[in-house]
Amino acid sequence: MNPFSDPRWGEALAHLPDYLGNHVRVSIAALALGLAVSLPLAIIARNRPALRATLLGFASIVQTVPGLALLALFYPLLLALAALSLQWFGVGFSAFGFLPAVLALALYSMLPVLRNTITGLNGVDPALIEAAQGVGMTPRQTLTMVELPLALPVMMAGIRTAAVWVIGTATLSTPIGQSSLGNYIFAGLQTQNWVLVLFGCAAAAVLALAVDQLLALVETGLRLRSRARAALGGIGIVALVAATLAPSWGQTKSSYMVGAKTFAEQYVLSALIAQRLRAAGLSATTREGLGSNVIYDAVASGDIDVYVDYSGTLWANQFHHSDIKPRAELLADLKLELAKAKVTLLGELGFENAYALVMPRARAEALKIRSIADLAAHAATLSIAGDYEFFSRPEWAGLQRAYGLAFHAQRTMQPDFMYAAAGSGEVDVIAGYTSDGLIAKYDLVVLDDPRHAIPPYDAIVLLAPQRAGDAALRAALQPLLGRIDIATMRQANLRAAGGDGASSQDAVARWLWDRIGQR
Amino acid sequence: MSDAPLMIAYADLDKSFDGGRVKAVDAVSLGVAAGEFLAIVGGSGSGKTTLLRLTNRLIDADRGQIRIAGEDIRTADPIALRRRIGYVFQSAALFPHLSVAANIGITPKLLGWPARAIAARVDELLDLVRLDRAAHRDRFPQELSGGQRQRVGVARALAARPQIVLMDEPFGALDPLTRDALGEDFRALHERLGLTTIMITHDITEALLLADRVAVMRGGQLLAQGTPAELSHSDDAYVGELLRTPRRQAARLAELLPRDDRA
Repeated sequence: MNPFSDPRWGEALAHLPDYLGNHVRVSIAALALGLAVSLPLAIIARNRPALRATLLGFASIVQTVPGLALLALFYPLLLALAALSLQWFGVGFSAFGFLPAVLALALYSMLPVLRNTITGLNGVDPALIEAAQGVGMTPRQTLTMVELPLALPVMMAGIRTAAVWVIGTATLSTPIGQSSLGNYIFAGLQTQNWVLVLFGCAAAAVLALAVDQLLALVETGLRLRSRARAALGGIGIVALVAATLAPSWGQTKSSYMVGAKTFAEQYVLSALIAQRLRAAGLSATTREGLGSNVIYDAVASGDIDVYVDYSGTLWANQFHHSDIKPRAELLADLKLELAKAKVTLLGELGFENAYALVMPRARAEALKIRSIADLAAHAATLSIAGDYEFFSRPEWAGLQRAYGLAFHAQRTMQPDFMYAAAGSGEVDVIAGYTSDGLIAKYDLVVLDDPRHAIPPYDAIVLLAPQRAGDAALRAALQPLLGRIDIATMRQANLRAAGGDGASSQDAVARWLWDRIGQR
Repeated sequence: MSDAPLMIAYADLDKSFDGGRVKAVDAVSLGVAAGEFLAIVGGSGSGKTTLLRLTNRLIDADRGQIRIAGEDIRTADPIALRRRIGYVFQSAALFPHLSVAANIGITPKLLGWPARAIAARVDELLDLVRLDRAAHRDRFPQELSGGQRQRVGVARALAARPQIVLMDEPFGALDPLTRDALGEDFRALHERLGLTTIMITHDITEALLLADRVAVMRGGQLLAQGTPAELSHSDDAYVGELLRTPRRQAARLAELLPRDDRA
């Protein structure tokens, strides 16, 4: 069987011009900015030991910050700056996507450039610097005519390292809204589509290797003073940039941007919305893998036009309410809160994706556990696993308060592995999601919440301020509202986790539409 | 000292390093006449290189005065001063990333000469230092032998037609034959171009053979100066010690290499 006959390859390839073009664009901009800042700094700092130590220390510390965290930190920082700028100068800017990614990656590129430039310049033979002075060069001429040319091979080695780091780390700019080859990796990890993960990794690696080799050609060209080599490397880089940018120039700018968070259900729903918009003759693109801290701000500031969120998430995380209200009341209050930010709550899709404590059916029956209240009595001997944010969320605090839960051990896991871990008995209880198809697959049971410690999590469609009065958009989305029940969504989610050709988000979205459209 | 006007005059010069702990040049007064070839001889740490570096303001003196053609160099722009004084460095110190032609033409280029004038001057200088134009112009320093490199170093120093050439142990790293040939060639250039030359060396024999006058330095101080004949009458013990070696070698060589007609 030909492994390339898998339809997912075709789907991955179709996105390549967009993702690769964006990846190159953000990497080049970050590298250019990094060089523009680092090179002068290195030249100024090379003969000032205190400044040099401070700079290298700062750059080293930046390097120790995980790339994902560095990128994520720049989003709120820029958001605050944009608000200040709007207030003081009347000029706002988008803190979403390109800008924070470029700034964070530029910061990331600084260490190798700074270190190698300083090392290269300080490694120039002092006798040659004296000769430069002796033949009558000014300090500036000494720098440009002797020191920099002689330090260039070492500097280029630093630039190569920076280029490879930036291209690799740029895959992590997906969650802050910058499309990149990381879109493949994030989408693939969330939907267990290993073909996509592999494709994204391979594409990023090939790009990094290509740029590295071209820069190496420039470097040896400069070292051997071979104009031909240096020119060939330079032309290669220009050609690579042009080739990866050209396809994305040809694309028309989409009028509607559909956002999606980083899990399978969101990928399916964003694909479904995009399909409905296109069916209504509107153009739409999806911006996937956005961090849940980023996505609401993105819709409020108009960087994306529409996305699906969950009432309880917004209530607790975005608006910081700790009280838990009945569904209808919470939705009404939420609508008012959202209106203050000029975000429209278009309506509910019809299902809830709530956090729920889930455990294997057999184990629950053996222990006679049906609700969280029953579970509390056994908790001291059991272990619990949750996703990356669960244990820091207010729901967990609420559950502990309401039921006096104290587990023997608690672990954090990638959501998709959590269910399998519960199924195999590796953990006893997981904080799962009610709409997850894997609950049925691993024969797990959702425990009741008689004290209503977990708020309602209705899936709701949000519109950006500039789309509030958009009749065409509203009309296109209307057929989805109230039509997706929990059983259908679970099936859709299970399909999306299928790991085969039918599990692509577009295929699942079409399946979902077939199920709900005919009702 | 000759009657010719002084091209370079050092007056009561002091220079110390490390906050005064090391006195490199100590109360040195010395005159160099126009057209004269002066060799300064001394061991390491004698202050001879410091004296040379003071002359084109690579460093500045703590006290005292240097006049070049009557002008106090402290009033001169150091960059312009260096461009009108040729400097030949130890082991040539050619720029490894520049061709022979670009190395030779560097000072004219800094002075803003037109490219064609620089090219013509480079060819002229290659002839002058007896390097084949076509074979050497476009080569890089690492492709040359030590002797060829220092010939390029001399050409670079002479490129902007200086009246003064300063040489810092220029032939020290060369084998004896090359060294002798280069020394002779430079001496001829000195005559032909009417240069005023100061050469630093630790080799008294080289100094005696090439220079009009020899100055001896030790511990930053000028011990003695004069023509070889004048030096030979010096009563300074260190000078006597310095001259003992060439004298003994000369006598021994005369014994070893008798002329045929005296045999």
